[in-house]
Amino acid sequence: MPSEFFIPDPAGQVPSAEGYFGAFGGKFIPEALVAAVDEVAVEYDKAKHDPEFARELDDLLVHYTGRPSALTEVPRFAEHAGGARVFLKREDLNHTGSHKINNVLGQALLTKRMGKTRVIAETGAGQHGVATATACALFGLDCTIYMGEVDTRRQALNVARMRMLGAEVVAVKSGSRTLKDAINEAFRDWVANVDHTHYLFGTVAGPHPFPAMVRDFHRVIGVEARRQLLERTGRLPDAAVACVGGGSNAIGLFHAFIPDESVRLIGCEPAGHGIETGEHAATLTAGEPGILHGSRSYVLQDDEGQITEPYSISAGLDYPGIGPEHSYLKDSGRGEYRAVTDDAAMQALRLLSRTEGIIPAIESAHALAGALEVGRELGEGGLIVVNLSGRGDKDMDTAARYFGLYDTDAEVAADAADTAEIEGDAK
Amino acid sequence: MSGNVQLLNDTLAAAKAEGRSALIAYLPAGFPTVDGGIEAIRAVFDGGADVVEVGLPHSDPVLDGPVIQTADDIALRGGVRIADVMRTVREAHEATGKPVLVMTYWNPIDRYGVERFTAELAEAGGAGCILPDLPVQESAPWREHAEKHGLATVFVVAPSSKDERLAEITAAGSGFVYAASLMGVTGTRESVGTQAQDLVGRTRATGTELPVCVGLGVSNRAQAAEVAGFADGVIVGSAFVKRMLDAPDHASGIAAVRELAGELAKGVRGQA
Repeated sequence: MPSEFFIPDPAGQVPSAEGYFGAFGGKFIPEALVAAVDEVAVEYDKAKHDPEFARELDDLLVHYTGRPSALTEVPRFAEHAGGARVFLKREDLNHTGSHKINNVLGQALLTKRMGKTRVIAETGAGQHGVATATACALFGLDCTIYMGEVDTRRQALNVARMRMLGAEVVAVKSGSRTLKDAINEAFRDWVANVDHTHYLFGTVAGPHPFPAMVRDFHRVIGVEARRQLLERTGRLPDAAVACVGGGSNAIGLFHAFIPDESVRLIGCEPAGHGIETGEHAATLTAGEPGILHGSRSYVLQDDEGQITEPYSISAGLDYPGIGPEHSYLKDSGRGEYRAVTDDAAMQALRLLSRTEGIIPAIESAHALAGALEVGRELGEGGLIVVNLSGRGDKDMDTAARYFGLYDTDAEVAADAADTAEIEGDAK
Repeated sequence: MSGNVQLLNDTLAAAKAEGRSALIAYLPAGFPTVDGGIEAIRAVFDGGADVVEVGLPHSDPVLDGPVIQTADDIALRGGVRIADVMRTVREAHEATGKPVLVMTYWNPIDRYGVERFTAELAEAGGAGCILPDLPVQESAPWREHAEKHGLATVFVVAPSSKDERLAEITAAGSGFVYAASLMGVTGTRESVGTQAQDLVGRTRATGTELPVCVGLGVSNRAQAAEVAGFADGVIVGSAFVKRMLDAPDHASGIAAVRELAGELAKGVRGQA
């Protein structure tokens, strides 16, 4: 029986055998990792064609994750979107609270097939780390999560969740102490422990085959959303909107719609304090092609190829790179990418909370802010699907400080000082 | 003007003719300052190094341990630029007449422009490059320009490299082969381990005529002597950087790296 949820790209057009999406992708890795990365490619290719793998993964996605995820229409929120209808793809309702579990379960099964006993992963907001720690608990694998020190503070709840699940969490103190540096440290670990360790990479970046493999595990998002929308509205959306950090939830939503030329694919990048301030992480808007973390893609860098330190209020989007398939979609014109500021995202977060009773992750709130703009552009009769990639529980401390939701003045003052420190760290 | 790949080849051949291994030292440019870094490289040559690799510091040195990360960070905070790296290569080479390579990650060169970088490095008297995150399959554009400008392309091989890859890599490389003694990032280690000798043997079994030099983890005279027993060259990086970092002042740092080079030079001559 064909799999209902694991639907690797049927078109098979990209990437090339060498892992290139047009000019982007490839495999820029140290020689020490070549054998391991090749092994992942070979094992994934075998798994992709093995009905038993699909059956196991489907079983987990239904009975553990809770797929299919709901598609929720949000009419009160949409009143602020120029009269367009807005639907949310509810990846926040997955077990562990975000889309990340889709990829993690696939790679965890692969880890078992490769006979490896230990998993490492990077995490920004902590959602990929929590999902990975969850899968490792489920499968009895040793688990180490690398997380930038700045992020361990702004996402303290997720640090506690990972530890509760039995993972070791390493706070990375190098560089900007955010997601990029967590990935650097995970690579260093992998080089030293590759014989028994799988690097469970959390986004559609990194060396081939990770961009294509992680995309395949997330394709289910768009496949479901497309079917659900057709059932509910009888037509395809005018736009599919998602936030982009590394780009996994966005590619997951977009991919099934790529052949539907009438559907605009709109990625929302973090503009932080504004592109003009230089304090942002809008890689496709402000970056140039380069090599970071194993592949060629757009990168935030200076004129001599040094990676510049990104900033976003959202730990999950605070990354100076982007998956190569997004760079390909941008340059081919199939994808559109726009930048959303911290403030616009936070306003959208509050708006969805108050109009629909759904508190989104700050990452996903960037997509919501983008959807409000797109809705106003489309006007009456527009139809938009937004990937609500994660829930906002982890962000309540950041949001409470941002909106002044804590009770006493003294607490607010102390929190403001902390926030200043955290933001200072991120610069 | 052509680069100094031939000087590198001759230097390694001369060491072999003397019945010893070559000593190859690594120090980052701009560490602790551009002039201070040049002084350190001259001291290392003075102490007995045959070849020096100048690091072009990168913001994201994923194959480096904490020691070289710290040095890179100091250099980048000091504002080191590629022009400073070129000056470092030029002055180190002109003062000593010895071969000087650059070691860095691929993105700075890709961004700067491969043609521009190779032309400038050759003009500065450089002998070649080591690019540990540019695997042989992605290296064609680099090799084309490097060859045109008389620069060596030194590839890294690792204990995890399969024999057929070793054959591909040795066929594509020039200058020498950098054999990583262990699976891991740069940094000093207590012992060199057993993987290095096996890897050198497997690399030579490809039939390559390139010298096979061993790096990663080598930090003292005894280890250098051990590695010299089976390799054509001994590569030492973090131990030099650490001497500089640990020194109370610049002058004693310079003295410390000169002394270490002297010790290692005895090691590569089999004097454990």
